[in-house]
Amino acid sequence: MRVMVLIKATEQSEAGEMPSQELLEQMTAFNEELVRAGVMLAGEGLHPSSAGVRVEFSGAERKVIDGPFAETKELLAGYWVWQVRSMEEAVEWVRRIPNPTGEHGVVEIRPVFEADDFGEEFTPELREREERLRAQTEAGA
Amino acid sequence: MSVAGRDVTRTIEAVWRIESARLIAGIARLVRDVALAEDLAQEALVAALEQWPESGVPDNPGAWLMATAKHRGVDRLRRAEVHQRKTEELGRDAELRSPADDYLAAAADDPFDDDLLRLIFTACHPVLSPDARVALTLRLLCGLTTREIARAYLTSESTVAQRIVRAKRTLSVAHVPFAVPGRDELRERLASVLDVIYLIFNEGYSATAGERLIRPELMEEALRLGRILAELLPGEAEVHGLVALMELQASRTRARISPSGDQVLLLEQDRSRWDWLLVGRGLRALERAYATRGPIGPYTLQAGIAACHARARRPQDTDWERIVALYDGLAQLMPSPVVELNRAVAAGMAFGPQAALEIVDRLREEPALESYHLLPSVRGDLLDKLGRPDEARAEFERAAQRTANSRQRAALLERADACASPR
Repeated sequence: MRVMVLIKATEQSEAGEMPSQELLEQMTAFNEELVRAGVMLAGEGLHPSSAGVRVEFSGAERKVIDGPFAETKELLAGYWVWQVRSMEEAVEWVRRIPNPTGEHGVVEIRPVFEADDFGEEFTPELREREERLRAQTEAGA
Repeated sequence: MSVAGRDVTRTIEAVWRIESARLIAGIARLVRDVALAEDLAQEALVAALEQWPESGVPDNPGAWLMATAKHRGVDRLRRAEVHQRKTEELGRDAELRSPADDYLAAAADDPFDDDLLRLIFTACHPVLSPDARVALTLRLLCGLTTREIARAYLTSESTVAQRIVRAKRTLSVAHVPFAVPGRDELRERLASVLDVIYLIFNEGYSATAGERLIRPELMEEALRLGRILAELLPGEAEVHGLVALMELQASRTRARISPSGDQVLLLEQDRSRWDWLLVGRGLRALERAYATRGPIGPYTLQAGIAACHARARRPQDTDWERIVALYDGLAQLMPSPVVELNRAVAAGMAFGPQAALEIVDRLREEPALESYHLLPSVRGDLLDKLGRPDEARAEFERAAQRTANSRQRAALLERADACASPR
Protein backbone atom coordinates (compact mmCIF):
# COMPACT_ATOMS: atom_id res chain seq x y z
CA MET A 1 0.00 0.00 0.00
CA ARG A 2 0.96 3.58 -0.50
CA VAL A 3 0.70 6.18 2.23
CA MET A 4 1.14 9.91 2.31
CA VAL A 5 2.93 11.06 5.41
CA LEU A 6 2.01 14.64 6.23
CA ILE A 7 4.35 16.63 8.41
CA LYS A 8 2.35 19.31 10.17
CA ALA A 9 3.71 22.79 10.46
CA THR A 10 5.12 24.19 13.67
CA GLU A 11 5.66 27.78 14.77
CA GLN A 12 9.29 27.42 13.74
CA SER A 13 8.50 26.05 10.29
CA GLU A 14 5.90 28.75 9.75
CA ALA A 15 8.41 31.38 10.84
CA GLY A 16 10.69 30.11 8.10
CA GLU A 17 13.40 29.04 10.55
CA MET A 18 15.75 26.61 8.87
CA PRO A 19 16.34 23.36 10.77
CA SER A 20 19.55 23.02 12.76
CA GLN A 21 22.61 21.32 11.31
CA GLU A 22 22.01 18.42 13.67
CA LEU A 23 18.43 17.92 12.52
CA LEU A 24 19.39 18.22 8.87
CA GLU A 25 22.04 15.54 9.26
CA GLN A 26 19.69 13.21 11.09
CA MET A 27 16.91 13.77 8.57
CA THR A 28 19.29 13.06 5.69
CA ALA A 29 20.31 9.81 7.36
CA PHE A 30 16.66 8.92 7.95
CA ASN A 31 15.76 9.64 4.34
CA GLU A 32 18.64 7.44 3.20
CA GLU A 33 17.36 4.70 5.46
CA LEU A 34 13.93 4.96 3.83
CA VAL A 35 15.46 4.74 0.37
CA ARG A 36 17.61 1.76 1.30
CA ALA A 37 14.59 -0.03 2.73
CA GLY A 38 12.74 0.46 -0.54
CA VAL A 39 10.07 2.46 1.27
CA MET A 40 10.59 5.98 -0.05
CA LEU A 41 8.76 6.92 -3.25
CA ALA A 42 8.78 10.68 -3.03
CA GLY A 43 8.97 13.52 -0.55
CA GLU A 44 9.48 17.25 -0.33
CA GLY A 45 9.62 20.03 2.20
CA LEU A 46 7.25 22.97 1.80
CA HIS A 47 7.85 26.69 2.16
CA PRO A 48 5.94 28.34 5.01
CA SER A 49 2.34 29.29 4.30
CA SER A 50 3.43 32.93 3.87
CA ALA A 51 4.64 31.81 0.43
CA GLY A 52 1.37 29.99 -0.26
CA VAL A 53 -1.93 30.90 -1.84
CA ARG A 54 -5.41 29.54 -1.27
CA VAL A 55 -8.25 29.48 -3.72
CA GLU A 56 -11.67 29.30 -2.12
CA PHE A 57 -14.55 27.80 -4.09
CA SER A 58 -18.11 28.89 -3.54
CA GLY A 59 -20.61 28.43 -6.33
CA ALA A 60 -19.25 30.17 -9.39
CA GLU A 61 -17.02 32.39 -7.28
CA ARG A 62 -13.26 31.84 -6.93
CA LYS A 63 -11.59 33.81 -4.20
CA VAL A 64 -7.79 33.95 -4.12
CA ILE A 65 -6.30 34.45 -0.67
CA ASP A 66 -2.62 35.07 -0.05
CA GLY A 67 -0.79 33.43 2.87
CA PRO A 68 0.23 33.28 5.64
CA PHE A 69 -2.61 31.35 7.18
CA ALA A 70 -3.47 31.40 10.84
CA GLU A 71 -4.20 27.83 11.92
CA THR A 72 -0.56 26.63 12.21
CA LYS A 73 -1.42 23.15 13.49
CA GLU A 74 -3.51 22.41 10.41
CA LEU A 75 -0.85 23.54 7.97
CA LEU A 76 1.73 21.34 6.30
CA ALA A 77 5.49 21.68 6.35
CA GLY A 78 6.30 18.71 4.15
CA TYR A 79 5.26 15.29 2.96
CA TRP A 80 6.54 11.88 2.01
CA VAL A 81 4.97 9.21 -0.16
CA TRP A 82 5.91 5.76 1.08
CA GLN A 83 5.34 2.22 -0.08
CA VAL A 84 4.62 0.10 2.99
CA ARG A 85 2.92 -3.19 3.72
CA SER A 86 0.54 -1.90 6.36
CA MET A 87 -0.45 1.15 8.37
CA GLU A 88 1.45 -0.42 11.25
CA GLU A 89 4.61 -0.40 9.20
CA ALA A 90 4.04 3.26 8.37
CA VAL A 91 3.57 4.02 12.08
CA GLU A 92 6.77 2.14 12.85
CA TRP A 93 8.72 4.25 10.37
CA VAL A 94 7.14 7.48 11.60
CA ARG A 95 8.15 6.59 15.16
CA ARG A 96 11.74 6.59 13.89
CA ILE A 97 11.65 10.13 12.47
CA PRO A 98 14.46 11.97 14.24
CA ASN A 99 13.47 14.71 16.65
CA PRO A 100 16.72 15.79 18.32
CA THR A 101 15.32 18.93 19.96
CA GLY A 102 12.37 17.13 21.49
CA GLU A 103 10.10 19.71 19.92
CA HIS A 104 6.37 19.02 19.82
CA GLY A 105 5.24 17.99 16.38
CA VAL A 106 2.51 16.07 14.61
CA VAL A 107 2.85 13.70 11.68
CA GLU A 108 -0.25 12.32 10.03
CA ILE A 109 -0.36 9.13 7.94
CA ARG A 110 -3.04 8.76 5.30
CA PRO A 111 -3.47 5.76 2.99
CA VAL A 112 -3.58 6.67 -0.68
CA PHE A 113 -6.53 5.41 -2.72
CA GLU A 114 -5.29 2.68 -5.00
CA ALA A 115 -6.91 0.38 -7.48
CA ASP A 116 -5.03 -2.38 -5.72
CA ASP A 117 -7.84 -4.86 -5.46
CA PHE A 118 -9.00 -5.87 -8.88
CA GLY A 119 -10.23 -9.17 -7.45
CA GLU A 120 -13.67 -9.33 -8.97
CA GLU A 121 -12.78 -7.70 -12.23
CA PHE A 122 -10.38 -10.44 -13.20
CA THR A 123 -12.13 -13.43 -14.66
CA PRO A 124 -10.47 -16.61 -15.93
CA GLU A 125 -11.39 -15.50 -19.43
CA LEU A 126 -9.34 -12.38 -18.98
CA ARG A 127 -6.47 -14.45 -17.77
CA GLU A 128 -6.31 -16.26 -21.09
CA ARG A 129 -6.25 -12.97 -22.90
CA GLU A 130 -3.36 -12.01 -20.72
CA GLU A 131 -1.13 -14.48 -22.53
CA ARG A 132 -1.62 -12.55 -25.71
CA LEU A 133 -0.81 -9.36 -23.90
CA ARG A 134 2.39 -10.73 -22.47
CA ALA A 135 3.90 -10.91 -25.90
CA GLN A 136 2.33 -7.69 -27.05
CA THR A 137 2.75 -5.38 -24.12
CA GLU A 138 6.17 -4.09 -24.96
CA ALA A 139 5.66 -4.12 -28.71
CA GLY A 140 2.41 -2.29 -28.28
CA ALA A 141 0.66 -4.23 -31.00
CA MET B 1 7.25 3.44 24.55
CA SER B 2 3.60 2.57 24.32
CA VAL B 3 1.69 2.42 21.10
CA ALA B 4 -1.64 3.46 22.44
CA GLY B 5 -4.79 2.19 20.85
CA ARG B 6 -3.10 -0.15 18.42
CA ASP B 7 -2.67 -3.86 18.59
CA VAL B 8 0.88 -4.61 19.74
CA THR B 9 0.92 -7.87 17.81
CA ARG B 10 0.38 -6.03 14.56
CA THR B 11 3.10 -3.58 15.49
CA ILE B 12 5.46 -6.49 16.13
CA GLU B 13 4.56 -7.91 12.72
CA ALA B 14 5.40 -4.57 11.14
CA VAL B 15 8.72 -4.42 13.01
CA TRP B 16 9.44 -7.95 11.86
CA ARG B 17 8.81 -7.06 8.24
CA ILE B 18 11.17 -4.10 8.54
CA GLU B 19 13.92 -5.82 10.51
CA SER B 20 13.83 -9.53 9.71
CA ALA B 21 16.04 -9.60 6.60
CA ARG B 22 18.83 -7.63 8.27
CA LEU B 23 18.37 -9.61 11.46
CA ILE B 24 18.67 -12.98 9.71
CA ALA B 25 21.56 -11.69 7.60
CA GLY B 26 23.42 -10.36 10.63
CA ILE B 27 23.07 -13.60 12.56
CA ALA B 28 23.90 -15.71 9.51
CA ARG B 29 27.24 -13.92 9.24
CA LEU B 30 28.03 -15.02 12.80
CA VAL B 31 26.78 -18.59 12.66
CA ARG B 32 27.50 -19.13 8.95
CA ASP B 33 24.26 -21.04 8.61
CA VAL B 34 21.14 -19.47 7.12
CA ALA B 35 18.74 -22.08 8.51
CA LEU B 36 20.08 -21.69 12.05
CA ALA B 37 20.04 -17.91 11.65
CA GLU B 38 16.39 -17.95 10.69
CA ASP B 39 15.54 -20.20 13.63
CA LEU B 40 17.27 -17.83 16.02
CA ALA B 41 15.57 -14.81 14.49
CA GLN B 42 12.22 -16.57 14.86
CA GLU B 43 13.00 -17.27 18.52
CA ALA B 44 13.69 -13.58 19.00
CA LEU B 45 10.35 -12.82 17.37
CA VAL B 46 8.58 -15.21 19.75
CA ALA B 47 10.31 -13.51 22.68
CA ALA B 48 9.11 -10.14 21.38
CA LEU B 49 5.57 -11.43 21.09
CA GLU B 50 5.77 -12.59 24.72
CA GLN B 51 7.44 -9.53 26.17
CA TRP B 52 6.49 -6.44 24.19
CA PRO B 53 2.78 -6.47 25.00
CA GLU B 54 3.85 -6.05 28.65
CA SER B 55 7.00 -3.96 28.34
CA GLY B 56 6.05 -1.96 25.28
CA VAL B 57 7.95 -1.82 22.00
CA PRO B 58 11.59 -0.92 22.66
CA ASP B 59 13.00 2.28 21.22
CA ASN B 60 15.35 0.35 18.97
CA PRO B 61 13.43 -2.84 18.18
CA GLY B 62 15.99 -4.04 15.62
CA ALA B 63 18.81 -3.97 18.15
CA TRP B 64 16.60 -5.70 20.74
CA LEU B 65 15.81 -8.51 18.33
CA MET B 66 19.47 -8.89 17.35
CA ALA B 67 20.66 -9.05 20.96
CA THR B 68 17.95 -11.56 21.85
CA ALA B 69 18.72 -13.75 18.85
CA LYS B 70 22.44 -13.73 19.70
CA HIS B 71 21.73 -14.76 23.30
CA ARG B 72 19.52 -17.58 22.12
CA GLY B 73 22.25 -18.66 19.75
CA VAL B 74 24.87 -18.78 22.48
CA ASP B 75 22.49 -20.72 24.74
CA ARG B 76 21.67 -23.15 22.04
CA LEU B 77 25.26 -23.76 21.00
CA ARG B 78 26.30 -24.28 24.62
CA ARG B 79 23.46 -26.65 25.27
CA ALA B 80 24.24 -28.64 22.19
CA GLU B 81 27.93 -28.56 23.10
CA VAL B 82 28.79 -27.61 19.62
CA HIS B 83 32.36 -27.04 18.68
CA GLN B 84 34.00 -24.35 20.79
CA ARG B 85 35.04 -22.37 17.75
CA LYS B 86 31.44 -21.63 16.79
CA THR B 87 30.68 -20.25 20.24
CA GLU B 88 33.63 -17.94 19.97
CA GLU B 89 32.44 -16.81 16.60
CA LEU B 90 29.06 -15.97 18.03
CA GLY B 91 30.55 -13.87 20.77
CA ARG B 92 32.82 -12.11 18.40
CA ASP B 93 31.59 -8.79 17.14
CA ALA B 94 34.41 -8.26 14.71
CA GLU B 95 33.66 -8.39 11.02
CA LEU B 96 34.41 -11.60 9.24
CA ARG B 97 35.45 -10.71 5.76
CA SER B 98 36.50 -12.98 2.95
CA PRO B 99 38.70 -11.73 0.09
CA ALA B 100 35.70 -12.11 -2.22
CA ASP B 101 33.93 -9.43 -0.21
CA ASP B 102 36.43 -6.77 -1.13
CA TYR B 103 34.31 -5.77 -4.06
CA LEU B 104 31.73 -4.68 -1.56
CA ALA B 105 33.93 -2.27 0.26
CA ALA B 106 33.34 0.15 -2.57
CA ALA B 107 29.69 -0.74 -3.00
CA ALA B 108 28.54 -0.53 0.57
CA ASP B 109 30.19 0.99 3.61
CA ASP B 110 27.63 -0.39 6.02
CA PRO B 111 28.48 -3.90 7.29
CA PHE B 112 24.75 -4.65 7.54
CA ASP B 113 24.47 -4.00 3.83
CA ASP B 114 27.16 -6.61 3.21
CA ASP B 115 25.23 -9.12 5.28
CA LEU B 116 22.03 -8.37 3.43
CA LEU B 117 23.76 -8.87 0.09
CA ARG B 118 25.20 -12.18 1.29
CA LEU B 119 21.69 -13.27 2.27
CA ILE B 120 20.28 -12.24 -1.11
CA PHE B 121 22.94 -14.17 -3.01
CA THR B 122 22.47 -17.20 -0.77
CA ALA B 123 18.68 -17.26 -1.14
CA CYS B 124 19.02 -17.01 -4.92
CA HIS B 125 21.88 -19.50 -5.19
CA PRO B 126 21.95 -21.55 -8.42
CA VAL B 127 22.03 -24.87 -6.52
CA LEU B 128 18.39 -24.18 -5.69
CA SER B 129 15.48 -24.68 -8.07
CA PRO B 130 13.74 -21.50 -9.24
CA ASP B 131 10.72 -22.31 -7.05
CA ALA B 132 12.96 -22.76 -4.04
CA ARG B 133 14.77 -19.48 -4.73
CA VAL B 134 11.46 -17.63 -4.89
CA ALA B 135 10.14 -19.21 -1.69
CA LEU B 136 13.37 -18.60 0.21
CA THR B 137 13.61 -15.02 -1.02
CA LEU B 138 10.05 -14.19 0.02
CA ARG B 139 10.64 -15.84 3.36
CA LEU B 140 14.12 -14.61 4.29
CA LEU B 141 14.24 -11.25 2.52
CA CYS B 142 10.64 -10.08 2.45
CA GLY B 143 9.77 -11.53 5.85
CA LEU B 144 6.66 -13.27 4.54
CA THR B 145 5.29 -16.16 6.55
CA THR B 146 4.83 -19.58 5.01
CA ARG B 147 1.09 -18.95 5.02
CA GLU B 148 1.46 -15.62 3.19
CA ILE B 149 3.67 -17.20 0.53
CA ALA B 150 1.20 -20.06 0.10
CA ARG B 151 -1.66 -17.59 -0.26
CA ALA B 152 0.22 -15.50 -2.81
CA TYR B 153 1.03 -18.55 -4.90
CA LEU B 154 -2.30 -20.29 -4.33
CA THR B 155 -0.64 -23.38 -3.00
CA SER B 156 -0.79 -25.15 0.32
CA GLU B 157 1.15 -24.09 3.37
CA SER B 158 2.70 -27.54 3.69
CA THR B 159 3.99 -27.37 0.09
CA VAL B 160 5.71 -24.06 0.77
CA ALA B 161 7.02 -25.23 4.15
CA GLN B 162 8.50 -28.35 2.55
CA ARG B 163 10.02 -26.33 -0.24
CA ILE B 164 11.74 -24.04 2.27
CA VAL B 165 12.98 -26.90 4.45
CA ARG B 166 14.37 -28.67 1.40
CA ALA B 167 15.98 -25.48 0.11
CA LYS B 168 17.76 -24.93 3.41
CA ARG B 169 18.94 -28.54 3.40
CA THR B 170 20.24 -28.15 -0.14
CA LEU B 171 22.22 -25.07 0.86
CA SER B 172 23.70 -26.93 3.80
CA VAL B 173 24.52 -30.14 1.92
CA ALA B 174 26.13 -28.16 -0.90
CA HIS B 175 28.16 -26.17 1.67
CA VAL B 176 27.04 -22.94 0.05
CA PRO B 177 29.13 -20.27 1.79
CA PHE B 178 27.38 -17.27 3.30
CA ALA B 179 29.18 -14.88 1.01
CA VAL B 180 28.89 -12.56 -1.91
CA PRO B 181 30.32 -14.16 -5.05
CA GLY B 182 33.73 -13.02 -6.17
CA ARG B 183 34.13 -10.56 -8.95
CA ASP B 184 34.62 -13.24 -11.58
CA GLU B 185 31.21 -14.77 -11.04
CA LEU B 186 29.34 -11.76 -9.66
CA ARG B 187 27.54 -10.84 -12.87
CA GLU B 188 26.34 -14.37 -13.50
CA ARG B 189 25.12 -14.80 -9.93
CA LEU B 190 23.54 -11.37 -10.00
CA ALA B 191 21.58 -12.38 -13.08
CA SER B 192 20.09 -15.22 -11.05
CA VAL B 193 19.08 -12.78 -8.29
CA LEU B 194 17.48 -10.42 -10.79
CA ASP B 195 15.60 -13.29 -12.41
CA VAL B 196 14.14 -14.32 -9.05
CA ILE B 197 12.97 -10.77 -8.35
CA TYR B 198 11.42 -10.44 -11.82
CA LEU B 199 9.78 -13.84 -11.44
CA ILE B 200 8.08 -12.60 -8.27
CA PHE B 201 7.10 -9.34 -9.98
CA ASN B 202 5.64 -11.13 -12.98
CA GLU B 203 3.65 -13.49 -10.82
CA GLY B 204 2.04 -10.34 -9.43
CA TYR B 205 1.78 -8.50 -12.75
CA SER B 206 0.30 -11.36 -14.75
CA ALA B 207 -0.55 -14.17 -12.43
CA THR B 208 -0.28 -17.67 -13.87
CA ALA B 209 -2.87 -19.12 -11.54
CA GLY B 210 -6.07 -18.18 -9.81
CA GLU B 211 -8.93 -15.83 -10.38
CA ARG B 212 -7.02 -12.62 -10.01
CA LEU B 213 -4.77 -11.49 -12.81
CA ILE B 214 -2.89 -8.95 -10.80
CA ARG B 215 -1.55 -9.54 -7.33
CA PRO B 216 -0.28 -6.17 -6.25
CA GLU B 217 1.28 -7.51 -3.07
CA LEU B 218 3.77 -9.62 -5.05
CA MET B 219 4.52 -6.71 -7.39
CA GLU B 220 5.18 -4.52 -4.38
CA GLU B 221 7.47 -7.06 -2.72
CA ALA B 222 9.48 -7.43 -5.92
CA LEU B 223 9.69 -3.69 -6.43
CA ARG B 224 10.81 -3.20 -2.88
CA LEU B 225 13.50 -5.87 -3.20
CA GLY B 226 14.66 -4.33 -6.45
CA ARG B 227 14.86 -0.87 -4.91
CA ILE B 228 16.83 -2.26 -1.95
CA LEU B 229 19.24 -4.09 -4.27
CA ALA B 230 19.74 -0.93 -6.34
CA GLU B 231 21.08 0.81 -3.23
CA LEU B 232 23.26 -2.18 -2.30
CA LEU B 233 24.84 -2.53 -5.75
CA PRO B 234 24.53 0.97 -7.24
CA GLY B 235 27.28 0.29 -9.79
CA GLU B 236 25.49 -2.55 -11.57
CA ALA B 237 23.52 -1.33 -14.60
CA GLU B 238 21.21 -4.30 -14.79
CA VAL B 239 19.95 -3.83 -11.23
CA HIS B 240 18.75 -0.34 -12.15
CA GLY B 241 17.49 -1.72 -15.45
CA LEU B 242 15.32 -4.26 -13.66
CA VAL B 243 14.02 -1.62 -11.24
CA ALA B 244 13.23 0.66 -14.18
CA LEU B 245 11.39 -2.13 -16.00
CA MET B 246 9.32 -2.98 -12.93
CA GLU B 247 8.51 0.65 -12.09
CA LEU B 248 7.41 1.32 -15.67
CA GLN B 249 5.33 -1.83 -15.95
CA ALA B 250 3.75 -1.21 -12.56
CA SER B 251 2.91 2.34 -13.63
CA ARG B 252 0.41 0.95 -16.15
CA THR B 253 -1.45 -1.31 -13.73
CA ARG B 254 -4.47 0.97 -13.39
CA ALA B 255 -4.81 1.51 -17.14
CA ARG B 256 -4.55 -2.15 -18.07
CA ILE B 257 -8.12 -2.87 -17.07
CA SER B 258 -11.19 -1.13 -18.45
CA PRO B 259 -14.11 -0.27 -16.14
CA SER B 260 -15.89 -3.36 -17.47
CA GLY B 261 -12.93 -5.50 -16.45
CA ASP B 262 -11.53 -5.98 -19.93
CA GLN B 263 -7.84 -6.02 -20.61
CA VAL B 264 -6.66 -2.87 -22.40
CA LEU B 265 -3.77 -3.07 -24.87
CA LEU B 266 -0.89 -0.67 -24.40
CA LEU B 267 -1.66 1.58 -27.34
CA GLU B 268 -5.31 1.80 -26.30
CA GLN B 269 -4.62 2.63 -22.68
CA ASP B 270 -5.75 5.92 -21.19
CA ARG B 271 -2.33 7.34 -20.43
CA SER B 272 -3.73 9.79 -17.90
CA ARG B 273 -4.44 6.74 -15.78
CA TRP B 274 -0.80 5.70 -15.70
CA ASP B 275 0.89 6.17 -12.37
CA TRP B 276 3.12 9.11 -13.20
CA LEU B 277 5.01 8.87 -9.93
CA LEU B 278 6.16 5.40 -10.95
CA VAL B 279 6.80 6.52 -14.54
CA GLY B 280 9.15 9.20 -13.22
CA ARG B 281 10.87 6.72 -10.92
CA GLY B 282 11.24 4.25 -13.79
CA LEU B 283 12.79 6.80 -16.11
CA ARG B 284 15.20 7.92 -13.38
CA ALA B 285 16.19 4.32 -12.66
CA LEU B 286 16.90 3.84 -16.36
CA GLU B 287 19.11 6.93 -16.34
CA ARG B 288 21.00 5.46 -13.39
CA ALA B 289 21.47 2.23 -15.36
CA TYR B 290 23.05 4.07 -18.27
CA ALA B 291 25.04 6.34 -15.95
CA THR B 292 26.90 3.34 -14.48
CA ARG B 293 28.57 2.99 -17.88
CA GLY B 294 28.70 -0.73 -17.09
CA PRO B 295 27.53 -3.41 -19.48
CA ILE B 296 23.78 -3.31 -19.96
CA GLY B 297 21.73 -6.44 -20.36
CA PRO B 298 18.23 -7.64 -21.17
CA TYR B 299 16.52 -5.83 -18.28
CA THR B 300 17.95 -2.45 -19.21
CA LEU B 301 17.01 -3.01 -22.84
CA GLN B 302 13.45 -4.01 -21.95
CA ALA B 303 13.23 -1.02 -19.63
CA GLY B 304 14.44 1.11 -22.53
CA ILE B 305 11.56 -0.18 -24.64
CA ALA B 306 9.07 0.44 -21.84
CA ALA B 307 10.53 3.94 -21.44
CA CYS B 308 9.89 4.72 -25.13
CA HIS B 309 6.21 4.10 -24.45
CA ALA B 310 6.30 5.99 -21.16
CA ARG B 311 7.83 9.06 -22.79
CA ALA B 312 5.15 9.22 -25.47
CA ARG B 313 2.24 11.28 -24.18
CA ARG B 314 0.15 9.96 -27.07
CA PRO B 315 0.56 6.59 -28.84
CA GLN B 316 1.36 8.35 -32.13
CA ASP B 317 4.34 10.04 -30.44
CA THR B 318 6.03 6.68 -29.82
CA ASP B 319 9.64 6.48 -31.02
CA TRP B 320 9.24 3.18 -32.86
CA GLU B 321 12.63 3.34 -34.55
CA ARG B 322 14.30 3.42 -31.17
CA ILE B 323 12.14 0.53 -30.03
CA VAL B 324 13.24 -1.50 -33.06
CA ALA B 325 16.89 -0.72 -32.28
CA LEU B 326 16.39 -1.83 -28.66
CA TYR B 327 14.73 -5.04 -29.85
CA ASP B 328 17.70 -5.59 -32.15
CA GLY B 329 19.93 -5.45 -29.10
CA LEU B 330 17.62 -7.68 -27.12
CA ALA B 331 17.48 -10.25 -29.92
CA GLN B 332 21.27 -10.42 -29.86
CA LEU B 333 21.48 -10.85 -26.08
CA MET B 334 18.67 -13.36 -25.76
CA PRO B 335 17.54 -14.63 -29.13
CA SER B 336 13.98 -15.91 -28.96
CA PRO B 337 11.15 -16.22 -31.48
CA VAL B 338 8.87 -14.20 -29.19
CA VAL B 339 11.38 -11.33 -29.03
CA GLU B 340 11.68 -11.59 -32.80
CA LEU B 341 7.92 -11.38 -33.25
CA ASN B 342 7.82 -8.30 -31.03
CA ARG B 343 10.64 -6.82 -33.06
CA ALA B 344 8.58 -7.42 -36.18
CA VAL B 345 5.58 -5.61 -34.74
CA ALA B 346 7.76 -2.66 -33.79
CA ALA B 347 9.40 -2.68 -37.22
CA GLY B 348 5.94 -2.57 -38.76
CA MET B 349 5.14 0.56 -36.77
CA ALA B 350 8.49 2.16 -37.59
CA PHE B 351 9.11 1.19 -41.20
CA GLY B 352 5.79 -0.09 -42.52
CA PRO B 353 4.20 -3.50 -42.97
CA GLN B 354 6.56 -4.78 -45.68
CA ALA B 355 9.62 -4.59 -43.40
CA ALA B 356 7.71 -6.36 -40.65
CA LEU B 357 6.42 -9.07 -42.97
CA GLU B 358 9.96 -10.01 -43.92
CA ILE B 359 10.82 -10.67 -40.28
CA VAL B 360 7.58 -12.51 -39.64
CA ASP B 361 8.01 -14.74 -42.68
CA ARG B 362 11.35 -15.91 -41.37
CA LEU B 363 9.54 -17.05 -38.21
CA ARG B 364 6.98 -19.22 -39.99
CA GLU B 365 9.16 -22.33 -39.77
CA GLU B 366 9.90 -21.71 -36.09
CA PRO B 367 8.71 -24.80 -34.17
CA ALA B 368 8.34 -22.82 -30.92
CA LEU B 369 5.69 -20.65 -32.54
CA GLU B 370 3.89 -23.49 -34.30
CA SER B 371 0.76 -23.33 -32.19
CA TYR B 372 1.13 -19.69 -31.19
CA HIS B 373 -1.90 -17.77 -32.41
CA LEU B 374 -0.08 -14.45 -32.29
CA LEU B 375 2.12 -15.31 -35.27
CA PRO B 376 -0.70 -15.70 -37.83
CA SER B 377 -2.60 -12.87 -36.19
CA VAL B 378 0.33 -10.46 -36.60
CA ARG B 379 0.94 -11.76 -40.13
CA GLY B 380 -2.72 -11.33 -40.99
CA ASP B 381 -2.65 -7.75 -39.79
CA LEU B 382 0.42 -6.97 -41.93
CA LEU B 383 -1.06 -8.62 -45.04
CA ASP B 384 -4.28 -6.70 -44.53
CA LYS B 385 -2.32 -3.43 -44.36
CA LEU B 386 -0.46 -4.43 -47.53
CA GLY B 387 -3.78 -4.84 -49.37
CA ARG B 388 -3.68 -8.64 -49.57
CA PRO B 389 -7.11 -9.41 -48.03
CA ASP B 390 -7.42 -13.04 -49.10
CA GLU B 391 -4.14 -14.07 -47.51
CA ALA B 392 -4.91 -11.91 -44.49
CA ARG B 393 -8.26 -13.63 -44.00
CA ALA B 394 -6.62 -17.07 -44.12
CA GLU B 395 -4.13 -15.97 -41.46
CA PHE B 396 -6.81 -14.63 -39.13
CA GLU B 397 -8.75 -17.87 -39.53
CA ARG B 398 -5.62 -19.85 -38.72
CA ALA B 399 -5.04 -17.69 -35.65
CA ALA B 400 -8.65 -18.27 -34.56
CA GLN B 401 -8.09 -22.02 -34.74
CA ARG B 402 -5.05 -21.75 -32.55
CA THR B 403 -6.62 -19.96 -29.63
CA ALA B 404 -8.63 -21.69 -26.97
CA ASN B 405 -10.16 -18.44 -25.80
CA SER B 406 -13.66 -17.90 -27.12
CA ARG B 407 -13.59 -14.10 -26.93
CA GLN B 408 -10.28 -14.01 -28.67
CA ARG B 409 -11.50 -16.41 -31.35
CA ALA B 410 -14.57 -14.30 -32.00
CA ALA B 411 -12.44 -11.18 -32.39
CA LEU B 412 -10.09 -12.92 -34.84
CA LEU B 413 -12.96 -14.30 -36.93
CA GLU B 414 -14.42 -10.82 -37.01
CA ARG B 415 -11.15 -9.55 -38.44
CA ALA B 416 -11.17 -12.39 -40.98
CA ASP B 417 -14.65 -11.40 -42.13
CA ALA B 418 -13.66 -7.76 -42.40
CA CYS B 419 -10.83 -8.72 -44.79
CA ALA B 420 -13.27 -10.27 -47.23
CA SER B 421 -15.58 -7.29 -47.47
CA PRO B 422 -15.00 -4.71 -50.22
CA ARG B 423 -12.57 -2.03 -49.19
